[in-house]
Amino acid sequence: MSELSVNHLLGIKYLSKEDIDLIFETADQFKEVINRPIKKVPSLRDITIANLFFENSTRTKLSFELAEKRLSADVINFSASQSSVKKGETLIDTVNNILSMKVDMVVMRHPNPGAGVFLSKHVNASIINAGDGAHEHPTQALLDSYSIREKLGSVEGKNVVIVGDILHSRVALSNIYALQLQGANVMVCGPKTLLPKYIKELGVKVETNLKKALEWCDVANMLRVQNERMDISYFPSTREYTQQFGVNKELLDSLDKEIVIMHPGPINRGVEITSDVADSKQAIILNQVENGVAVRMAVIYLLASKIKQ
Amino acid sequence: MSHKVLLNSKEVNITLHRLACQLIENHDDFSETVLIGIQPRGVFLADRLAQMLREDYGINNIQLGHLDITFFRDDFRRGEKPLEANKTTIDFIVEDKNVVFIDDVLYTGRSIRSALTAIQSFGRPKNVELLTLIDRRFSRHLPIQPNYRGRQVDAIDKQKVKVNWIENDGEDSVYLVDK
Repeated sequence: MSELSVNHLLGIKYLSKEDIDLIFETADQFKEVINRPIKKVPSLRDITIANLFFENSTRTKLSFELAEKRLSADVINFSASQSSVKKGETLIDTVNNILSMKVDMVVMRHPNPGAGVFLSKHVNASIINAGDGAHEHPTQALLDSYSIREKLGSVEGKNVVIVGDILHSRVALSNIYALQLQGANVMVCGPKTLLPKYIKELGVKVETNLKKALEWCDVANMLRVQNERMDISYFPSTREYTQQFGVNKELLDSLDKEIVIMHPGPINRGVEITSDVADSKQAIILNQVENGVAVRMAVIYLLASKIKQ
Repeated sequence: MSHKVLLNSKEVNITLHRLACQLIENHDDFSETVLIGIQPRGVFLADRLAQMLREDYGINNIQLGHLDITFFRDDFRRGEKPLEANKTTIDFIVEDKNVVFIDDVLYTGRSIRSALTAIQSFGRPKNVELLTLIDRRFSRHLPIQPNYRGRQVDAIDKQKVKVNWIENDGEDSVYLVDK
């Protein structure tokens, strides 16, 4: 297969295993490109991409922008804080205004779940979801799986635990879909208050004891505690969270195997993982960031190739 | 579908030896030269020539790379089929080197145009030459000609030149196929 089955990347839910394989094979080639002395290819020189960020983001936005520029696309950036959204314009109007300037692709982050799906039905452009509320963050899940594949050879059959705030995490949901699609076994681990009630229906294991979860897994993906999304207290104190769900060196040394530690960033050092773990060779956090650019280049390239002239 | 043999296995072998000798004539001990096979089909020829230069002519310091031009092509989003990327393996810098592009068939010249752009990502070569097993005459879209050619053929657009390699297709041969 050499073409994606979709015209937009709205969520992992809409992808097939073949789509993910194609994205990864293409990302392999882009990873080689971004390690050349000159890290740029001219493929998308006639494509214009708008990055619409209705919610704060630093690394995802940087990563997308770099991916777009390395493909030679023209890029315009838009963030809600400086825009007419504050003046009462609707999402469709905002996007149609931008598309009138002949934009081919939209990368959007939005606080509302389903914003990408909604937009894809109403505007004439290829949409990439860069995070929609607590719903999905597909490119993050793709780069996480890509990093596991790079480190361990494949994703199939691996045991992966996602630790932390599952309730507010779009990274968790996209990761669950992506890992299961590729044949990995998935477990979630965190305080009961931060585990969604019906999470078991997704076919994941649930564990509230971190030590047991780490003993089971090959890879632990440590999520950040999203204080900004918590309107009530879900655990008594940060200190207590760290004691029960934080990973430190002693805990890792007490396991009878070496597991891979991942983190989507930004890290709260000393909360979900300690500094010595984050900086150890077991952690592939910075590889994830590098792979993020290659995977996003692959997604943009493959979607752009479906935009007819 | 009819097809005509342009080169059989023995003729391919003779031609490869001639091309190898011509390369030696111009590049001496290859200390300042790098061979670049163009993906996907040029790499078989490049690998074969490099092996011949090493084993039959005792040249041991051949630098060989494979270059994929997919992301540099000028027909992205223009064709019926999506473009599929292949692997680039160039673990050296081409700055100030004599680069020899190696491809199986030279047709419109557009692949070589892309390769000329792509190679710049690895430095500024001293000069670039082109070696091709088959040169399809009178079919160029761009002013590009080979420095070394195995065989020149006249073929119309409806025909296709198919180069087979023993390691990939079971035999060394070149056919002219009516599509």
